[in-house]
Amino acid sequence: MRPEQQGIEVAVLVSVGRHPITGRTRRADQDARGLELALGLERQVPGSRVSLLHAGPRSEESEAALRGYLGMAAGAGMAAGAGMGLETLTLLEQAEGSDAIPALVEHLAAAPPQLVITGARAERGEGSGLLPYALAERLGWPLVNGLAAVEKVENGVATLLQALPRGQRRRLKVRLPAIVSVDAAAPAARQSAFGPARRAGLEVGRVAAEPDLALAEWQLAPARKRPKRLKIIKAASARDRFKAAAAKVEGGNGQVLEGVSAEQGAEAIFKLLKEEGILR
Amino acid sequence: MLEILLPILIFAALALAAIGAWRRIRLWRQGRPAEVDLLRGLVAMPRRYLVDLHHVVARDKAMSNTHVATAGGFVAAAMLMILVHGLGLANPVLGGLLLAASALMFVGSLFVARRRRNPPARLSKGPWMRLPKSLMAFSLSVFLSTLPTVGVLPADVGSWILALALVAALAWGLGEMFFGMTWGGPMKHAFAGALHLAFHRRPERFSDKQGGTGRSTGLKALNLEDTSAPLGVETPSDFTWNQLLGFDACVQCGRCEAACPAFAAGQPLNPKKLIQDMVVGMAGGSDAAYAGSPYPGKPVGEHAGEPHGPIVARQGTALVDAETLWSCTTCRACVEECPMMIEHVDAIVDMRRFLTLEHGNTPNKGAEVLDNLIATDNPGGFDPGSRLHWAADLNLPLMADVKQADVLLWLGDGAFDMRNQRTLRALVKVLRAAEVEFAVLGNEERDSGDVARRLGDEATFQSLAGRNIATLAKYRFQRIVTCDPHSFHVLGNEYGELGGNYEVRHHTTFIAELYDADRLAFAPWKGGTVTYHDPCYLGRYNGEYEAPRRVLEALGIQLNEMERSGFRSRCCGGGGGAPITDIPGERRIPDMRMNDVKETGAELVAVGCPQCTAMLEGVVDASAEVRDIAELVADALVARPIADAASPARRPVGKTTAEEVF
Repeated sequence: MRPEQQGIEVAVLVSVGRHPITGRTRRADQDARGLELALGLERQVPGSRVSLLHAGPRSEESEAALRGYLGMAAGAGMAAGAGMGLETLTLLEQAEGSDAIPALVEHLAAAPPQLVITGARAERGEGSGLLPYALAERLGWPLVNGLAAVEKVENGVATLLQALPRGQRRRLKVRLPAIVSVDAAAPAARQSAFGPARRAGLEVGRVAAEPDLALAEWQLAPARKRPKRLKIIKAASARDRFKAAAAKVEGGNGQVLEGVSAEQGAEAIFKLLKEEGILR
Repeated sequence: MLEILLPILIFAALALAAIGAWRRIRLWRQGRPAEVDLLRGLVAMPRRYLVDLHHVVARDKAMSNTHVATAGGFVAAAMLMILVHGLGLANPVLGGLLLAASALMFVGSLFVARRRRNPPARLSKGPWMRLPKSLMAFSLSVFLSTLPTVGVLPADVGSWILALALVAALAWGLGEMFFGMTWGGPMKHAFAGALHLAFHRRPERFSDKQGGTGRSTGLKALNLEDTSAPLGVETPSDFTWNQLLGFDACVQCGRCEAACPAFAAGQPLNPKKLIQDMVVGMAGGSDAAYAGSPYPGKPVGEHAGEPHGPIVARQGTALVDAETLWSCTTCRACVEECPMMIEHVDAIVDMRRFLTLEHGNTPNKGAEVLDNLIATDNPGGFDPGSRLHWAADLNLPLMADVKQADVLLWLGDGAFDMRNQRTLRALVKVLRAAEVEFAVLGNEERDSGDVARRLGDEATFQSLAGRNIATLAKYRFQRIVTCDPHSFHVLGNEYGELGGNYEVRHHTTFIAELYDADRLAFAPWKGGTVTYHDPCYLGRYNGEYEAPRRVLEALGIQLNEMERSGFRSRCCGGGGGAPITDIPGERRIPDMRMNDVKETGAELVAVGCPQCTAMLEGVVDASAEVRDIAELVADALVARPIADAASPARRPVGKTTAEEVF
């Protein structure tokens, strides 16, 4: 560690999650990974401070879920967790159905942190995964998705490791302030402890509620599993199977149609569906 | 000269002992307050000592006789000595009694010495090795200095040198027996032990004059309402004062060490060392002076603690390492064996509570299991709506439909496990054959909270327990029957404190009752030799050793008992969340247990617990098959003679079930 390195301010955006089987509220998996990443920064950038930010309605259920993040202050080897500012969470209280983005933008712009960490996609609500992009656009900050690690922060430039498919990593240099989003490639979140979660405080700030007009027009229905293309295993040997599992996706069979009419395009799609046996 | 020196010596020793006692009491008082009926405890103490404690000591006849002679002789000799030599009541009757008492003590001390010649590994050495000599010095010198008092020898016999030697020996003896008793010598166990028995944190575990055997095994609840109350034990001073007193009572006999499955498996736990570490922490210092077997793989002298310092460090070492605490299977073998009635398991769970609730540091799969329990009400993270899938074809009556039944069949989390589903199906078959009116909660049932509680997550336990109690309150039933001893224990012994009081039966107990009431008939046993493995949570936790054996006998099975069976049964390794925290050792506990089975030559081991089934069946190349008693019973069912059949209305049900058997 170089002595001239100063700690940075990190804001972690956390949402109320939803358990995939029972639908109970919980700390959202990706957001918790984001917080884990932030807490791990103490090692790379000593003196960093983490603040938690949530915009949404306040209820007993959502509070219990949000406290799940606060319980991570006491994790393994994290004596300094409490020193990193995890005693409180800032809750921007909004009525149900309000748009979180303007509230978050206003709050972040008022006292800009150097780094904003967020999960890639919420577990309830729209779950469109657009929030980090909308924030980045409005704040005019760079955005890095699929973050795996923050390697170092020097002179206002962070060296980040971005996760790509199939275990590949890409090293990026980003000027701070920046927004990063994490998905399942980030380190798994530590256990949340009951005691610190119960003791921590919620700082509630009311913000002007802008109704989410887009959401109001939507119809919500329980999600269905997406159909998966049937996988026909052609490999005859273990070597072939390994190659098939480890190889990059090769888009050899694809066909790009350019400058065709709607009829021709529809014809091509129709033909493909027939080939695949989806239409008979 | 003796007449002048003896009273001085005696009263000096007594005064020093009193100062030591005051200091020792101050050490205990560092602990948290506890509600103890002091007076009633003191009144009950002699009975607890003479009956309950002696009952445990007497499992080793030779040692019990040795202790009766030595301790009885010492107590009598000490009292009489104060009268005769201290206060100068040189009456020949008292003197004669004193001679007899010190002689008895001397004989006892000879046996203590013999035991110390080649001490077994479980005994602590160090200062304990000098104890027989101290006992001899005391008894012999008291005996000799009493001879002139009763007139056997003239008062001025011998030379000054002889008298001085006698005084020196007596000073040594008094030093060990009186001074050492309260200043931390081996005799500390007598002082602390007596008070520990009086102020025990589980007064209900002792027998009473009305013939009650006394049993108290349920963990005590944390008060979660009070947000200022600490969650579990972080420092030695977080224990209650009578727990600290209990640690101080340890005689380091190592019976717990010999019984501990984790120690035998080479996992880093030794119950005796753990209790000694708590004593070290209470007084402050390092464990370097400990003279017994260490935690396997952890040399003595590397750990230290203080009364207000952490027991488990977040980083580095403190008094105890976390993996020591997580090695425990909560099988209670140590508590069962402890002649001083120390509650090891309570202490371990108290410390685990802090690690889980405050540190958020449950090892290995612990965090995942706890998260599952919170989100899905079962440790495996299965869909709670699929709890009854195994019984899709059984048409089990649901409590939600029938509202009341004689028997509520509690399924337990084994309902998600394919192996245990076979047991459950067998049990349902048996219940139907006996025409028992039963119903299940189905998807309304949740995990009992056993694993959460033993992993230290009291919050999740109380949440699960509260919701289960609310569900059970909606229905009417006579009793709960379950094939899971862990659910049995928690429902029967731990829900009471939270407001749920039920009559709970283990399925073997219930089957034995049904058989005794002639509601079941069995075909004769045609299989091979059988042994029975007592589940800890059925046997030691609930005292049920008889019913499973009665059922096996009714099946026509003659048991080849294992050497360690009944209250000495060795754990399968599946309790206390041990398979979840999975602390590495040199051997696996279930492997050792299957070796015990192998030694009996049995081809089949009968069990009565889903955990034991899973653990024992997981042993590679086992010599015996593992079957639950319910399965054995279901296989042996035959139709009852028609004359015995119950009410005609129910007969068809019984018939169809019985016909399936043929």
